Amino acid sequence: MLEIKNLHARIAEDGTEIIRGLNLSVKAGEVAAIMGPNGSGKSTLSYILAGREDYEVTEGDILFNGQSILEMDPAERAATGIFLAFQYPMEIPGVATMEFLKTAINAQRKARGEEELKIPDLLKRVRSAADELEMDMNMLKRPLNVGFSGGEKKRAEILQMKLLEPKLCMLDETDSGLDIDALKIVADGVNALRSPDRAVVVITHYQRLLDYIVPDTVHVLYRGQIIKSGSKDLALDLEKNGYAGVIGEAA
Amino acid sequence: MNLHAQTTRTAAEAALIDSFAARISDLPGDAETTVHRDDALELLKAGLPTRRVEAWHYTDLRRLLSTVPAYRFESSAAQVAPLIDRAELLPVLNGAANTQRGGISGVAVSRLADRLIEGDLTSKLGVADPYDTVAAINAAFVSDGYCLEIEDGAQIDRPVEFQNVHAGGQVHSRFAVKAGAGSKATIVERQTGSEEALVSSVSHLDVAEGAEVLWIVLQEQPDTVSHLAQFTATLGKDAKLTLFIMNAGGKLVRQEVRVTADGEGSSFRLRGVNLLAGETHCDVTMVLDHLAPDTFSTETIRNIVTGKAEGVFQGQIRVARDAQKTDAKMACNTLLLSDEGSFSAKPELEIFADDVACGHGATVTEIEADHLFYLMARGIDEKTARGLLVKAFLAEVIEELEDEAVIEALEKKLDAWFVEHG
Repeated sequence: MLEIKNLHARIAEDGTEIIRGLNLSVKAGEVAAIMGPNGSGKSTLSYILAGREDYEVTEGDILFNGQSILEMDPAERAATGIFLAFQYPMEIPGVATMEFLKTAINAQRKARGEEELKIPDLLKRVRSAADELEMDMNMLKRPLNVGFSGGEKKRAEILQMKLLEPKLCMLDETDSGLDIDALKIVADGVNALRSPDRAVVVITHYQRLLDYIVPDTVHVLYRGQIIKSGSKDLALDLEKNGYAGVIGEAA
Repeated sequence: MNLHAQTTRTAAEAALIDSFAARISDLPGDAETTVHRDDALELLKAGLPTRRVEAWHYTDLRRLLSTVPAYRFESSAAQVAPLIDRAELLPVLNGAANTQRGGISGVAVSRLADRLIEGDLTSKLGVADPYDTVAAINAAFVSDGYCLEIEDGAQIDRPVEFQNVHAGGQVHSRFAVKAGAGSKATIVERQTGSEEALVSSVSHLDVAEGAEVLWIVLQEQPDTVSHLAQFTATLGKDAKLTLFIMNAGGKLVRQEVRVTADGEGSSFRLRGVNLLAGETHCDVTMVLDHLAPDTFSTETIRNIVTGKAEGVFQGQIRVARDAQKTDAKMACNTLLLSDEGSFSAKPELEIFADDVACGHGATVTEIEADHLFYLMARGIDEKTARGLLVKAFLAEVIEELEDEAVIEALEKKLDAWFVEHG
């Protein structure tokens, strides 16, 4: 489903290279974890996949279901089914959350040639997704993410993901800022989305989240490259022995 | 003595003076009113203010007021749909107030023309200083309007809406409201019309002890209109005033706001939304005097600038020596959406008390890239996402108004403006 080939990318503004020849393949139905020490390029990779303009791809390609997405803007990528749950979701004053959800859902439906959702259907879906994530509907009356706690923002990201039903779900440090109860709720939300035609990429610094969202594959990202791939046991090994050993092996 | 090194009169200055000669015998008022009108004319004869006058530095009226059209009594103006459905309408059509209207419970309503004839408004026809040009033009030419006296303690549920509507030419109207002690009311001031025109409009508001007023100015002139407006208010003890101004049209717009917080514990909120498009020049100039202790004020102005539009906000807050514990915060934020547009903001604080909290800030920005990316990452195309963010920037100010019906009505106006100019 996702095929990253010899990707090189740099910060557009100052030319600093962050991704240096990265290869990664994630199949439909797979849950892949990307782990790595701080500054290894994890968040950058997620932004590049989502199409953020601050980064420039200088070499290589990203294929999604066999098609290069490099020329697509973020909205087009989202419409093809790519979703990034942000590490730091933006607070946007003045944009009502419900209005935003309606606009986003219908924009994607329209791009896929589907009919727009009517308000009662939309409300029903939002209510049921909010229930599952134990979110108060009153929160959704506020402007988008404004005044939400760190944990509430992360839940709101998963809520959006459930509603938008993407093909590729990327979670960037979704566990940060969550207490253990919230972590379980969020993980259940993600697990409910696991399906044979959907892939999940979990980006995390710690193994903790992977106890709840159990990955099929684990990849270690270091200095802009995947230096080791393995099964879920690799994550446990990293938790126990740290990154030093793996980095040493690769050097 | 004429202090101006007056060279030749501009076409507009000459037209104003000619208009006065033609109109004066038909304008309402007692002898004293006529004296005030003559005084006002003298001020105009000295010439319109230029950028050399500090208060007019960003709006060179002599240059910008290029024409003054002749009166057009033959055309007829019609009242417009109220901003808020349940409003009591008080229309002034082409400079004449309605003589046939129902009463409003708790409010004494009279025609301004009658009050001028009776001579009980002459104290309001003076000018504050030699550059009080908006008041002078209005004092010289004012033909009609309304006076409202809200009874003490009256809670006026339905908004009262003044409509100053023209069909071209010249219109000079005035509105005076006294909100009695402990009363509560919402006043809407509509400024609109069709065809080329010079409009002057002056509003006076007295908010008595403990009264609470929300006053909404909605200016939607066509792009052929010079609109000169002044709003003045005095605030009694513990009085509360929220003034909301939406400018959504006009060729040349000057909206002056002069508020005096002379009652202890009084508070004033100014909220402004300026939607600037085409070649409009729009200036909101506020002078706020904190004269009494424990007074509170906040001013938030949000502007969007497209096309070749020019915007101005001048905000002057003066805190008198006795006005201890004054708390004043002023902010003017602009989204510049075109390279050819401009916005000038001039905040000024003059503080003579030593125990106050006053602050101001002005920003000119573009849409935040992070916000745009976030919305687009959810599948919202760039144009729609930009539209949402621009509207959000403005809606934030509108949503502070608390009253759902008011918020909804103003947001509809916002949407309509975007449909036309977006």
